[in-house]
Order: sequence, then structure tokens, then C-alpha cells
Amino acid sequence: MGYDFDWSSIPGALPFLWQGMTVTLEITLTAIAVGIVWGTLLAIMRLSPVKPLAWLAAAYVNLFRSIPLVMVLLWFFLIVPQLLEGVLGLAPGTDVRLASAMVGFALFESAYYSEIIRAGIQSVPRGQVGAALALGMTNAQAMRLVILPQAFRNMVPLLLTQAIILFQDTSLVYVSALADFFGAAYKVGDRDGRIVELLLFAGAVYFVISFSLSLLVKYSRRKTA
Amino acid sequence: MSYAWHWEVFLQPAASGDTTYLGWIVAGLETTVALSLLAWVIALVLGALFGVLRTVPSRLLRGIAAAYAELFRNVPLLVQLFFWYFVMPELLPTAWGDAIKQMNPFAQQFLAACVSLGLFTSARVCEQVRAGIESLPPGQRNAALALGFTLPQTYRHVLLPMALRLIVPPLTSEFLNTFKNSAVASTIGLLELAAQGRQLVDYTAQPYESFIAVTVLYMLINVVVMAGMHWVERKARVPGYVGGK
Repeated sequence: MGYDFDWSSIPGALPFLWQGMTVTLEITLTAIAVGIVWGTLLAIMRLSPVKPLAWLAAAYVNLFRSIPLVMVLLWFFLIVPQLLEGVLGLAPGTDVRLASAMVGFALFESAYYSEIIRAGIQSVPRGQVGAALALGMTNAQAMRLVILPQAFRNMVPLLLTQAIILFQDTSLVYVSALADFFGAAYKVGDRDGRIVELLLFAGAVYFVISFSLSLLVKYSRRKTA
Repeated sequence: MSYAWHWEVFLQPAASGDTTYLGWIVAGLETTVALSLLAWVIALVLGALFGVLRTVPSRLLRGIAAAYAELFRNVPLLVQLFFWYFVMPELLPTAWGDAIKQMNPFAQQFLAACVSLGLFTSARVCEQVRAGIESLPPGQRNAALALGFTLPQTYRHVLLPMALRLIVPPLTSEFLNTFKNSAVASTIGLLELAAQGRQLVDYTAQPYESFIAVTVLYMLINVVVMAGMHWVERKARVPGYVGGK
């Protein structure tokens, strides 16, 4: 091997890398929170007896699921700044890349979450709905008090797995030159001519976090099963 | 918002001189399709191999295959792509690394994208193959071994013919993901579909037309692949199973 490793640029860069990690976590957590709420609404719409609502939700989900995430992010970096300038009257040139990334990820992930949640809702035995309605609950009450609590319990492993995928996918905000964890690592490596070390370090960090979370998923699967 | 639509922009001669902007998009589409298909072949071969290794009796082989799957599943595709593109040529023996760096840039980018997308997807295929083999009743393996089949024969004639047919539906979605994930290659400058879209924005100053064209093409790829895999799924269906006849 003809390569001399030199890891000395990493310790000094840790605060900058940590800053990047907070951006990564911010985007991940926002997308998870919005994704689960909006995804639940989409799933309920998709299963609703009102046909236009069901079609609308299906169109939304299929649209987002057929486009690469990179394209979705490029769209949001193009449109969101213009919308914000137009609607909120922000000065042109304000840095809205983080907001764009959050909105893009949240709307994109909602489509995937909604499919998981729909499957979860459909896995609840039909008799549960009948029983709830027979007890005099309204449709909304049956959904909120009887179906969703059971559905979410079944879905925990899948939701967590999707969260791990999402955490890894946030590295793609690189296309907007936003300094998330990966972007920060790349910048430091580029500056010091130490791309090799920084990329290996970034890969190791992603691996440790994702792998630990996936062990957590296995554990929770064993507990709920 | 007032925006001047100019769809005819695609017919104008492109800045490279030898084609129209439409030609750029077609070239990008070809690269995306070639890259994804090649990566898919790598993913199927390695995925089937490691998927089998995850179910063999040897603990060592099972451990190696599990480590392989976990490694490639838990590092983001973007990091893997950058690894093959920036890091690998440095770590190889100097002569090899130099040989790679002297290739033309397109070949370098295409090679790195192909390898990274192929290995990334192979880890997912590996898990599907394993799940397929594990879903078979243990009696099938035991019956084959009792009949005097060797372990390779058991896999070749009994387990894999069933398992591979059962996992066609989940593989369909992995195949679709391969096409979508190929857009990540635009980050190392490979001029595939998404990258051509970005380049069009810079050259034509018509961002909406460019992005709409590229987005529609990705959706079209999706529809074509789904139709093709639907046919495969029908052919591969096992009678007597859910979804079978």
C-alpha cells in the first residue's frame, strides 16, 4: 500500500464536524416527526371511503416514491427559496437551504411512512373496527382510540428501520453544499488534502450509529413479537 | 409568480455544439439505464452468493456474510460512492491507482458508481435471498440431504429454485430503488439523468422545463420497470402460495 495515513486533521476539526452532525440530526428528526404525522394522515386518506381523497393520497405517495431523492431535493432547493421570497417577502439571497432540506425530506419521507402506516392499519383485525363502532364510537374515535394504537405497536420496528434509512439519506443534502455531517467531513478533507482519512472517518461514524440503531430494532422486534 | 415557459429550448443546439439539449437528456438517460442495469447484475450475483452464505451450516461463512451485509447496509450510499471514487485509487498499489487515475474521467466515474451502487444494493438483495431461503420449511433441506444430495446440490436443485421465485416481489422494489439511487452518481460529476438536468438549468436558464423533463423520465423508467417485473412476477409465481394460482 503506497498511502501514508495522517489522521491529525480530525481532532482539531471535531467541533466543526459536531456542528455538521447537529444539522444532520435536525433534518432527520424533523423529517421523522413531520413524516409520521403527515404520513398517518395520508394513510387514513388513502383508506378513506371518500374516493377523491383516496386518489389524492395515492397520487401523492406514488409521485414521491417514483422520483429519486436527489431530484426531490433539487426541486426543493429550486422552488422553496422562490416561494419564501414571494410569500414571506424574505430578501433574496437569504440562506434557506436548511429550511428547503427539511421541507423536502419531510414531504418525501411522508410518502414512505404512509405506506408503512397503511400496512399497519390494515394489519388490525376487521372485528376491532366493528366492535368499536358497535360500542357507539364515531369513525374518528375508533381510528384514534382503537386502531391507531394497535397499528403503531406493530409498526415500531419498521418505523425505526425507515428512520435509519432516513438518517443515512440525509447525507444527500450534499447536492446543495449544505454542511451536514458528511458535507463538513468532506470540506475538512478537501481543505487539508486528507479526503481519504475524513471519508473513512465519516463512514465509520455513520456505520456505528446506524448499526447500533439496527440492533435496537432487532431488540424491539423480539420484545413486541 | 410570472415565469416564461420555453419548451422549445430543448430543440436548440446545445453548448457542446454537436447536439441539441434534448440530446443531452437522452445521453443522460442512456447513462442512467446502463449504470443501473450493470449495478443490478453485480447486486444479484453478489447478493445471491452472500445470501446463500448466510444460511449455510458453517458459522465462519455465516459470520463473514453477515459482516458484509451489515457493513454495506449501514453506511450511506453517498459515502460508499465517494469511497470508491476518491479513496480506493489511493489505497490500491501505486501502479493500479495510477492506472485508474489515467482513465478518462467518464470511465472513472462510471466505474466507481457501478461498483458502489452494485455493492450497496447487493447487501439488500442478500437479506432478501436469506429471508427467502429461511422461509422454506426445514424439511426441504433435510429431505434433500437425506436423499444423499451434497450441500451444494441441495442449494442448486432444491432450495434456490424455490427461494428465488418467492422473493421476486421484494426484488422488484430493490430493482426500482437501483434506478432511483443511481441519481446519487451525479455528485461525483457523472453525467447521468439528474446531472444533465442540473447542467440544463445552468445552460438554458429554464429550470422548470429541465427538471420537469428529467422527473418525467424517471417516472417513465419506473413504469417500464414495473411493467417488466410484473411479467416476471407472473412467470415466477409458485402455484399454491399466496399470490400464486
